[in-house]
Amino acid sequence: MNGRVLVSVFKSEDDILQATKAARKEGLEIVDVFTPYAIHGMDRAMGLPPSRLPWVCFLLGLFGGLTMAIFQYWASAVDWPINVGGKPWHSWAAFVPVIFEVTVLCGGVGTVLFFLFWAGLRPGGQSPMSDLRVTDDRFALVLRPTSPGFNRAAVERLLSGFHPVSIEERTIAAGAGKAA
Amino acid sequence: MANGVALVRVPLIGGNKSAADVTRDVVGALDARPSALWWGGLALSGSALTLGMIAIGYQMATGIGTWGLNRTVGWAFDITNFVFWIGIGHAGTLLSALLFLLRQRWRTSVNRAAEAMTLFAVMCAGLFPLIHMGRPWMFFWMLPYPNDRGSLWVNFRSPLVWDFFAISTYFTISAIFWYVGLIPDLATVRDREPGTTRSKIFGFLSLGWTGSFRTWHRYEVVYLLLAALGTPLVLSVHTIVSTDFATAVVPGWHTTIFPPYFVAGAIFSGMAMVLTLMLVARKTMRLEHYITDQHIDAMCSLVILTSGLVGLAYGTEFFIAYYSGSPYEQFAFYNRALGPLAWGYWIMVSCNVLIPQLFWLRSVRRNLIVVFIISIFINVGMWFERFIIIVASLQREYLPSAWSDYAPTTIEVVTFIGTLGLFFTMFLLFCRFVPVIAMAEIKGVLRPAHGSHPAHDSHSGYSAEVTPEGPDTPGRPRP
Repeated sequence: MNGRVLVSVFKSEDDILQATKAARKEGLEIVDVFTPYAIHGMDRAMGLPPSRLPWVCFLLGLFGGLTMAIFQYWASAVDWPINVGGKPWHSWAAFVPVIFEVTVLCGGVGTVLFFLFWAGLRPGGQSPMSDLRVTDDRFALVLRPTSPGFNRAAVERLLSGFHPVSIEERTIAAGAGKAA
Repeated sequence: MANGVALVRVPLIGGNKSAADVTRDVVGALDARPSALWWGGLALSGSALTLGMIAIGYQMATGIGTWGLNRTVGWAFDITNFVFWIGIGHAGTLLSALLFLLRQRWRTSVNRAAEAMTLFAVMCAGLFPLIHMGRPWMFFWMLPYPNDRGSLWVNFRSPLVWDFFAISTYFTISAIFWYVGLIPDLATVRDREPGTTRSKIFGFLSLGWTGSFRTWHRYEVVYLLLAALGTPLVLSVHTIVSTDFATAVVPGWHTTIFPPYFVAGAIFSGMAMVLTLMLVARKTMRLEHYITDQHIDAMCSLVILTSGLVGLAYGTEFFIAYYSGSPYEQFAFYNRALGPLAWGYWIMVSCNVLIPQLFWLRSVRRNLIVVFIISIFINVGMWFERFIIIVASLQREYLPSAWSDYAPTTIEVVTFIGTLGLFFTMFLLFCRFVPVIAMAEIKGVLRPAHGSHPAHDSHSGYSAEVTPEGPDTPGRPRP
């Protein structure tokens, strides 16, 4: 969220949801929506594409599981085969538990790391807040007023139907700290 | 439905709270001066922890000859405590992950605390095998790392190696799941009083969370994926713990019933510990509107279910011992019920199978003092279950000439008390410094969900509605 933005703050989940839908229907550029909790249906209202994270999770899990399967075979049957209770060198069934654990570990840890990276979250990270109360009980819709055909008066008229608390235009510099 | 019964649904959260009320109540609990009860609890658990640390220091310096183990009973107090703590941890994952997948929205009040409980319980559990290694500073020998002994790899066919992978994965995933769930709430605390030291610390930890819905959208997916990974993980962990026993040839251990039996027991004991902790947290942190009678009621129902599963497993074990025709197997169970540890066996049966049946009565489920007492009985009973499985089986194995008895030494008892101290110290500190209720999730369930809203049928993970009271009923009118 940077550059010139129009921040409208709302008091209820329904208002922000309907306002977002209306804004999208009008073809306004929605920079982002800020909410204290995940609102159901907001992804559709904003027109967000489905996340790619399930693929990340699947591929990383597959990678972890395969790596561990090959490694256990190599360590137990190739590099230094040791006869344990007369079992076959490649007693694959006994390798399944560790394969499963490493699948879960790689899938879980990797997905979270990709999520943090894609969402730009990092320890000590600071991002401009649309409104300090969006982590409490307020909802903010942030539009791009510089997009072509943006008519401030018409947009205000549109949004006023959804009981906004405030509508204001701001400039947010890229990489700015917590400018409220 | 037919008889004109009014179907006004009891809201999940009492007191007609708004989102701002939730923030104020939960963050306010961090602001308030801790009560005398909290300080008393911390003093008690801190003392136990200190005592335990002294005992651990002593046995590490001296060696595990300070334990009461002998040539026949090679596993006893330590492995009992290990399985006991791991089992307790499992209910936290069950509440947070499995109930999330099953769309049980009542979990939001208790999942944060239950997940924290998991973390602390796994820490306590990990201590015992670590000390049992004898040279705990060599713990990394469990890892398959290239070494100058060959490389001599670990034996991947051994359940003890599986255990190492299972417990460390379980701890890592539980910690991540807990932290990811915490990020939005850390940001809420950060924005409560900007400029203060607390705000700066929480600002660092909240990773720059802004409440952006683009992030929320991904966050929901991550949470769902972690829940979907965590649920089979929790089953695998206790399955693997049970194979530590089941792959041995000891009568009473060498049975295929062990994995489901252990998983059911783990969930059972964990639900009891969740009940114990929630009732304490509810009282000391004044969270009556968030952890309502309904939540307690739902957890009591889960206790009845898992108690039934555990009881069925006890019965099945006896039947299979009889039906197997193996005299050793038959003797193992005869010895459990009538041998030198029969008193422990009957404590186990009374606490785990008989006493929880009281939860069938609604009046018992609604009387929180009685629920608390029963939950303590179950904790005790489940500890004895592990003790009986381990010690009663080992003390009377195949050769009567190798029979032996076991009694814990003071060091072993004090080490266990020390882990109780660690667990409760961590939990009390958690209640004091971390939002104990998942605010961002509670705010999403404040209003009963509503058929009127097409958006709520979306895929995002909360839509279906089953309350502890019964199946889907029409929502109350919107405020």
